[in-house]
Amino acid sequence: MTTSTLQAVQRLLHTGPGGPTDPGLADHLALHGPVAIPTGADPAWSEVLRAEVAASGLAGRGGGGFPAAAKWDSVLRSNRRPVVVVNAMEGEPASAKDRALLAWSPHLVLDGAELVAALSGARSVVVCVADDRDDSARAVQRAVTERRRAGSCRSLTVSRPPARYVTGEESALVSWLERDDARPALRIDKSVPLRVGRRPVLLHNAETLAQVALIARHGAAWFRQLGTDDAPGTTLVTVSGAVRIPGVVEVELGTPVDDVVQRCGPTGTLSGYLLGGYGGAWLAPELGSTPLASAPLARAGATLGVGIVVALPTTSCGIAETARIARWMAGESAGQCGPCVFGLPAIANDLELLAVGRSDADVLARIDERSRSVVGRGACRHPDGVARMVRSALQVFAADAAAHAAGRPCDGRRQPSVLTFPAEPALTGGAS
Amino acid sequence: MRLEAGLRVRVDPVACDAFGYCAELLPERVTLDEWGYPVVDGTPVGPELVEFATRAAAECPRRAVLLERVAGRH
Repeated sequence: MTTSTLQAVQRLLHTGPGGPTDPGLADHLALHGPVAIPTGADPAWSEVLRAEVAASGLAGRGGGGFPAAAKWDSVLRSNRRPVVVVNAMEGEPASAKDRALLAWSPHLVLDGAELVAALSGARSVVVCVADDRDDSARAVQRAVTERRRAGSCRSLTVSRPPARYVTGEESALVSWLERDDARPALRIDKSVPLRVGRRPVLLHNAETLAQVALIARHGAAWFRQLGTDDAPGTTLVTVSGAVRIPGVVEVELGTPVDDVVQRCGPTGTLSGYLLGGYGGAWLAPELGSTPLASAPLARAGATLGVGIVVALPTTSCGIAETARIARWMAGESAGQCGPCVFGLPAIANDLELLAVGRSDADVLARIDERSRSVVGRGACRHPDGVARMVRSALQVFAADAAAHAAGRPCDGRRQPSVLTFPAEPALTGGAS
Repeated sequence: MRLEAGLRVRVDPVACDAFGYCAELLPERVTLDEWGYPVVDGTPVGPELVEFATRAAAECPRRAVLLERVAGRH
């Protein structure tokens, strides 16, 4: 995916004319200015940064959307030094924002990581980049080397977990760092911080940390100049599908979904938007004026997720695309929990039969019932995301679903998929 | 008013291997899905069911049935 130059705001990504051509430390400092990061404990400084980030209203950009500063509280109460983990796994195939950030602004991400480390007393930062993202890993490694030469006193390392969808889940990433086993773990009490060894983990998405680096420089009031009261700031969105210029754009939170897609040049009429990711939700085109922010999208039955918008053209079949996603996501299960191991393939089978018009009369009720049944029954929320995406498809493409269930499939299933998959799954028609 | 502790049943889905004993011992809170995996009603159990909940936890071959002490309704 290319990085679009059609940007109305440029806080995180300065990729247009006049922007730096080299993401090195000198260009980074020339563009953003220096930021003071104390080398030892500085409680007064820590409290100022904590209060400023809390006042900014920055929500985590990794899909959960929780206030970034709230995440620090339980770890700061611990009397052990934490370890800061940068989550740049980007397991969502339709997302390219972490890649874009690490290519164009690796030092902004590392500034944020070092700021959070200084604030929490952490001496080590681990940047997690999937093992199939050599370009991103090289960019981070180069930036780390530059910072060492410039006198950074912290241990900055790059870890390369396996490139799988669930590896980016917090407990899976921690399990990888702890024992090389990148599978999610059951968390009985989520208020207890995850640990690597005895150290509590402070884990943030790469974009969240880049935003922290900007807030540390410019303050909460500056951050809130863009976005809405409830969803302040800008965010990175990866737009793909039926658009001329697919790629990563930086937009104000609260920008209508239609406008975000408009910037990337939609081609033809659209029959829906996939919001948030493959564990996100479909949004009907009539709801395209919904502001891109967590609360309004939730009211519209969708989700911001990791800032993904896929534009589906009317020439495609929403059921067939949903079947492809469900099949791929079923294969991305960590294989630990029964409802995910058995439920997701069963849902994918039915969707594939529905797509080709070869299902039985009960298929829609069965998909709906199984999609409800798997929710909340895995160690992680992988099945929950698939279930939400599938159920939203049955609503947004309700007329199509009914026609397909009555044995009248559309020709859209023969169109090439507008979706991105690490390995393209074939639409098998439910053979299993 | 003094709240007595109740017990809430949870299942560790990673450990669970669908033996299904929990649903036999505590059908009031546990049913099985079409693949034999437990679907748990998280309503805390009262004193009349504590013995069965405890047995469901003790007899699970995978030790996947967890009992959480919570403020109860009784």
